[in-house]
Amino acid sequence: MTETKTVIPREGPLERSWNWLTETQIWKSIFRHNAPITDRNRVLVVLSNVFLHLHPVRLRKSGVRLRYTWCMGGLSFFLFLSLTFTGVLLMFYYRPTLEYAYTDIVGLREHVPLGIMREMHRWGAHAMVITVWLHMFRVFMTGSYKPPREFNWNVGVIMLVLTLLLSFTGYLLPWDQLAIWAITVGSNMARATPFLGSEGPGASLLALGDVKLIHAAADARFALLGGTFVGEGALLRFYVLHCVGLPLIIAVLMAVHFWRVRKDGGISGPV
Amino acid sequence: MDAIKDFFNFFADPRVFFLLTLTGFILMIWRRDVFTTPRVGYGLQVFLVLFFGLGLFDENFRLIVAKPDNVPIVGLVFLLLFFTWYSMRQAVLNDRRLDRGEPVEEKVEEDRVWVWPDLVYTELICLVLCSVVLIVWSIVLKAPLEQPANAAATPNPSKAPWYFLGLQEMLVYFDPWLAGVVLPTLIIVGLMAIPYIDTNPKGSGYYTFKERKAEISIFIFGFVVLWASLIVLGTFLRGPNWNFFGPFEYWDIHKLEALTNVNLSEYIWLQGVGVGLPSNWFVREFFGIVLLLLYIVALPVILARGVLKTYYEKLGPPRYCVGIFLFLMMLSLPMKMLARWLFNLKYIVAIPEFFFNI
Repeated sequence: MTETKTVIPREGPLERSWNWLTETQIWKSIFRHNAPITDRNRVLVVLSNVFLHLHPVRLRKSGVRLRYTWCMGGLSFFLFLSLTFTGVLLMFYYRPTLEYAYTDIVGLREHVPLGIMREMHRWGAHAMVITVWLHMFRVFMTGSYKPPREFNWNVGVIMLVLTLLLSFTGYLLPWDQLAIWAITVGSNMARATPFLGSEGPGASLLALGDVKLIHAAADARFALLGGTFVGEGALLRFYVLHCVGLPLIIAVLMAVHFWRVRKDGGISGPV
Repeated sequence: MDAIKDFFNFFADPRVFFLLTLTGFILMIWRRDVFTTPRVGYGLQVFLVLFFGLGLFDENFRLIVAKPDNVPIVGLVFLLLFFTWYSMRQAVLNDRRLDRGEPVEEKVEEDRVWVWPDLVYTELICLVLCSVVLIVWSIVLKAPLEQPANAAATPNPSKAPWYFLGLQEMLVYFDPWLAGVVLPTLIIVGLMAIPYIDTNPKGSGYYTFKERKAEISIFIFGFVVLWASLIVLGTFLRGPNWNFFGPFEYWDIHKLEALTNVNLSEYIWLQGVGVGLPSNWFVREFFGIVLLLLYIVALPVILARGVLKTYYEKLGPPRYCVGIFLFLMMLSLPMKMLARWLFNLKYIVAIPEFFFNI
């Protein structure tokens, strides 16, 4: 007869401190379950975490594949988060007035050694425009806008427009030649809005007798710029829209978008 | 060397450039079996790398392409070409499976996997890679900052942000109220209308071309051939006074291009009939208005009874009307471009009295 011997694995100091840590009241108050290595805990980790519960617990294999999703929607969301973060940091150093706007940006460049916040914000914004386009492209190519996802496609289109507007409003803020002329070219279009622009077709019809209702100081462009040219009013308006107005709207729409992805049956796949 | 540069400069002419993209698009759809082979995909990317890489040795090319704000568009060119190729490749592979009577790849991979770890880790890796790219990009390339804003000094050319350069390019062919307001609105409305017009139940949730030929062709035409390639054109090839410049051409501010654009009414009344322009705008623009009505009203009816009869019956009147209107509006851009290039046509209907020029 051979004697059976039970060998208790020896715990190193690392395991011992890990075991101690995960048994503390603090740890247990944060994480309600053990490491997600069993099926049960894989369910729990998604269900009990507010961020992870954007996801379902399980999803179709093709929906995880990069070759199907290109990860463009996820990257758009991530870029939005990183833009919010860098944007808030930039707001500490930037004042949207004619007096300070340009010099504050110069200050950011000259006085912050190795500073890359403005770069990350600018390139991140460009990248987000591209990822949002490519996300739309992927959703179209997989036919994922088809019923029951029509409404979510529409939410997406609105967010695409908002992404462009966010980028557009931010373009003015450095208050350099590049900024003001790009916005001048862009906002001159509003002057030609049918009926509501001072040089748009039909604007002359909107008049009470001899009094023109639509003129250069009361038209779509004026509403956009807060003035008849790209000046102080435009800078403030674009700043408020860029930092508060548009991000709030797009954040709400993102919530709707993610919610509807789940409610419309999760990531699309063949029926 | 100069011969090669001249060769590429020649292709940068708007007419040649547009016809080239159009040809590329048609070839891509028609010979998609060839287009989607890895050899063609790699070949195109290698060609682009060589073109941009070697091009950077040229001073004029470098001035435009290496401009910090233009770098994303270089990225866009690579990415868009890659993803067009990649999505078409998956579509073609799935089509072959369907032809053999097999289920599509996404159908095979239908079984469920755990979000943790399968999806969460994929997302984490993408996120880390994206951060690395962004940080390296930010370290290597400084954000541009030009002279302080000066309302008195207009730069030449003045360009909108790059993602709007397709619209700015449209300004050459349409007045601002169309190019800057109506057509962009129609693009948004058109995108939003897609799921309600497209009643094809097939091709939902997987890549396929043969089950959605028209939809995919129209979308790629609008997105890649019109929207994206006009951005590339507007960014890299438009110089001072909005004149055309080849990628290796010096941006000469004194370059002159003859502008001899003529309105349709002038063609008809001055050259056709041989009398002066009538003073009444309605008489003057009568033919243009008729042409416009033919395009917007009569053409859909003719098409519904002819070529597009099956579509009309499948979609029903409301969907067909909205869809064909949006489609014709999209086609109005390349048609106006062609009319400008072939006949120097400026406006089809020109009523400056009401700022109403088409």
